Amino acid sequence: MPKKYTNCAGLAGLLAALVIVPHFLKYHHQDFLIFLTINVLVVSSYRLVTLTGEWSLIHAVMMGVGAYASTLLTKSAGLSFWISLPLAGCVAGAVAAILCFPLFRMTQFYFLIGSFAAGEAIRLCWIHFIQPFGGTGGISGIPFPELGNIDFLEPVPYFYLVLVIVTLCLVLLYRIEKSRIGLTLRAVHWKAPLAESVGVDTWKYRSLAFIIGSAFVGIAGSLKVHYLGTVTPNQYGIGFMVFILIWVIVGGYATFYGAIIGVVVLSILDESFRGFEELRPAIYGLILIASILFLPSGLESVPERIRGWVSNRAAARNGPGIQG
Amino acid sequence: MDLLEIRQVTKVFGGLTALNEVSFHVKSGNIHGLIGPNGAGKSTMFKNISGFSTPTSGDIFFNGHSIKGRKPSEIAHLGVARTFQETTLFQELTVLENALVGAHKRAKTNIFSAIFNLDRHIQQECMEKTLSMLDFMGLAERKNQLASELPLGSQRALAITIALASEPVVLLMDEPFAGMNPEETRHMMGLTEKVRQSGVTIVLVEHDMKAVMGICDYLTVLNFGSLLAEGTPDAIRHDAKVIRAYLGNTEAM
Ligand SMILES: Nc1ncnc2c1ncn2[C@@H]1O[C@H](COP(=O)(O)OP(=O)(O)OP(=O)(O)O)[C@@H](O)[C@H]1O
Ligand SMILES: [Mg+2]
Repeated sequence: MPKKYTNCAGLAGLLAALVIVPHFLKYHHQDFLIFLTINVLVVSSYRLVTLTGEWSLIHAVMMGVGAYASTLLTKSAGLSFWISLPLAGCVAGAVAAILCFPLFRMTQFYFLIGSFAAGEAIRLCWIHFIQPFGGTGGISGIPFPELGNIDFLEPVPYFYLVLVIVTLCLVLLYRIEKSRIGLTLRAVHWKAPLAESVGVDTWKYRSLAFIIGSAFVGIAGSLKVHYLGTVTPNQYGIGFMVFILIWVIVGGYATFYGAIIGVVVLSILDESFRGFEELRPAIYGLILIASILFLPSGLESVPERIRGWVSNRAAARNGPGIQG
Repeated sequence: MDLLEIRQVTKVFGGLTALNEVSFHVKSGNIHGLIGPNGAGKSTMFKNISGFSTPTSGDIFFNGHSIKGRKPSEIAHLGVARTFQETTLFQELTVLENALVGAHKRAKTNIFSAIFNLDRHIQQECMEKTLSMLDFMGLAERKNQLASELPLGSQRALAITIALASEPVVLLMDEPFAGMNPEETRHMMGLTEKVRQSGVTIVLVEHDMKAVMGICDYLTVLNFGSLLAEGTPDAIRHDAKVIRAYLGNTEAM
């Protein structure tokens, strides 16, 4: 299986590069790298939810649930970050589990709207219940992780922490997707009645994908909030959700890495337009439109297209004698 | 033994009575034909048996237990599988993946086993079974093709493979021979017979009268939602009521 080995080697190389790179970056680029890595987990966990074909609008809010949970567990309950991190995932998963009952009575368009409404309801709770959520201003002064004498206030150590946890989560998500569960989720997407007819409880599998995806994005929320030090309801609203959707759509959703390519490429583009603040939303919009027009199957399809283009060129150069 | 008992089943859609107090029994080990003109209610009967629709009144018994009102996935777990009238496949999955999904009952797993590969023996066994089933259905060579790329005959065969992979006790087949040429039909009839010999009871909805008469042990005839006649193929062939209902189609009989 040489392909498998080259893939593994490639991934190992990428990880090694990620370990070295932050030392050569300026402070705010190190920051950028941390948030980008967290967003990689956000889109990858969203991918699991969309495997069943249901696109929710609540994923950003679920990240917020993890963020608030981790905040309250460390700041109010006094737990350590290391316990709060997995618990934040559990809380987000539990909230998702409760929401399954109303949400998965709906499908497609109704599910989309229902998930948006449910998310807004949760955000209203954060705004309305000043105790314990802190209202519109949110909560600040969230403690940094502590471990020995490592200074997690510094971006480089925190980046390593994020890198380790996100890599671990990606491995788990990848294994789920490639397992029988992933296959069943795709089956539910393509033909729910047929899946039902051979014994797949489609409701259960839709819920499962939603709960697991939410748990992982809850972990992402915890990672974000302990670096940022503040949490507000507006960080996790529909605005961020739109970014998630754009990353996934532009990246493509046929493969596991499509969404990751999307978030990496678009975030780097976005970062390079720093200084043109007013233009950035417009640029994002243009990129989305252009990619839907010219790359309907996403950035992930680019290597395939180049390969096709190259072989077409070769065929053309060899002249019509070869064809037909 | 009666494996399946349909008791006084009525199904009303708005003002239309698609099934009107229909009762019949399916014996274990039989190929049982369910026939009737277009719109007679055959597919509606299948939907009610497999849980995709609930009878307005009446009851359905499988192995002596009522299955009325259960979810399709629960009924599938009890051992009732079906194929759909419109060829229904997981179009974007490969042939092998399609068949693997069919084996859900045997091979379903939980999240921890999935991540840590704890049930690899079950998955391995399921893979072997599925491969031999694809072989049996003549699909082994196409196992890595997408289902949407298959020719019609193979699509039909794959639909049946998916249902069979769930290791059913009863298989409900809705028009498996539709759109096939005589040779393909003969081939599928052979396969159906083999499936029955492997111990699966079959209920067959089909318009191809020659095939039905050739393969079924017993027939139930529906007309406008009501039971018209039942009996052996020979008896049905000469039944005046049936001949009248099929007027214009009598040559086929
Ligand atoms: N969901 C539904 N809503 C309303 N009417 C329906 C519905 N499903 C079926 N019917 C009607 O019930 C009657 C029986 O339909 P059914 O599909 O069971 O017939 P069939 O015997 O399978 O016919 P065919 O041989 O054409 O497949 C038809 O008149 C059909 O229009
Ligand atoms: Mg029908």
